[in-house]
Amino acid sequence: MSTEVIEKVEVKKETEALFSKKRKSLVSNPMDSDNPITIQVLGICSALAVTIALQGTLIMAFAVMFVVMMANVVISALRNTIPNRIRIIVQLVVVATLVATVDQTLRAFAYEQSKALSVFVGLIITNCIVMGRLEAFAMGNKPWDSLLDGFGNSLGYAWIIIAIAFVRELLGAGKLFGFQVLDKAWYTANGFFATPAAACIILGVIIWILRARSGYVED
Amino acid sequence: MENLLNIFVKSIFIDNMIFAYFLGMCSYLAVSKKYKTATGLGAAVIFVLAITVPLNWVAYNYLLKEGALTWVSESLADVDLEVLKFIVFIAIVAAFVQLIEMIVEKFSPSLYNALGIFLPLIAVNCSILGAALFLPTREYNLAEATTFGIGSGVGWFLAVVSLAAIREKMAYSDVPKPLRGLGITFIVVGLMAFGFMSFAGFKLPF
Repeated sequence: MSTEVIEKVEVKKETEALFSKKRKSLVSNPMDSDNPITIQVLGICSALAVTIALQGTLIMAFAVMFVVMMANVVISALRNTIPNRIRIIVQLVVVATLVATVDQTLRAFAYEQSKALSVFVGLIITNCIVMGRLEAFAMGNKPWDSLLDGFGNSLGYAWIIIAIAFVRELLGAGKLFGFQVLDKAWYTANGFFATPAAACIILGVIIWILRARSGYVED
Repeated sequence: MENLLNIFVKSIFIDNMIFAYFLGMCSYLAVSKKYKTATGLGAAVIFVLAITVPLNWVAYNYLLKEGALTWVSESLADVDLEVLKFIVFIAIVAAFVQLIEMIVEKFSPSLYNALGIFLPLIAVNCSILGAALFLPTREYNLAEATTFGIGSGVGWFLAVVSLAAIREKMAYSDVPKPLRGLGITFIVVGLMAFGFMSFAGFKLPF
């Protein structure tokens, strides 16, 4: 399916600047108008499950960033040698290797956090952002572009999950990064925000705000 | 037997894949627009979970776990291949989904028409890999693992079909424009999750 795209890119001569306008938009578009979570609807599972506290969320965001960028580069470098029929398995094995690296690193240096994230580090493998970017972008573009695309998309993912975690930790526990910011004397922690169901509703509201701003309407 | 029933009910209602763990959300949101496609994907998820969870259980207990390789030779007793669990699990799931797709296509075209287009989607459905990744932390035996797989699948099916039914009805309501589609769906899922949270207080009688 992506062969046409590949050919088109191959024909073009390498004259583009390292940070041309098009390449900048690869990073900036996913932040807003092409956001992986709110527009492309990818990577929802982890967005809902890991966002109970900011610290874990940040670790998750960095883990996803590492995996998306590296996987994009590797697959993009291999794109002309991967047979089309087994490309999903090849992609999954590359991603799984990267995720195993991240998981082992977390266990070595941040054991408590890795325990708290439990299966969700492993589930980066099936995080649709990773597979979605590999299929939609890395299979048809050069490594440097793919790296930028991965960076942009993981940033777009990161700011949304950090926003959700901010609201959830602030209202759910009165804390930010584990420090008490809302005084217990007048603020009673609202257990509602600690449940993943609240994450769903917060995400719904974020999407509502973003779309009201951009005027995007789904039918 | 009672234990199995317990695991089955628990994995459908209390530990529902969608409402308790939020696994498999991407395809959950993508295919829940129509009741019919939702039923198709739900059935495919039950099918794949029922097969891959026991398979992954075997792979984990006879290949990956520390000391799992003693059936090959006593000298391998302290080999721990747990690092490889991600690669092994996902390879088993992806390969099996591909294999099932080919078999179904060959032998049952009608089933293929019903399930076929969903099978590739399932290889990257988090609930399948998620169920496999829960295995190391819960010490199930093979029968329990299979029950857990089927139960999780049924729970997912229930969740996707009920969301699709709600979304079909919602087509007739006047939702604020920017909230239409994804936004309202998230809010509905959140409310449904609250409903399912009430099951958490259930004490199973056995």
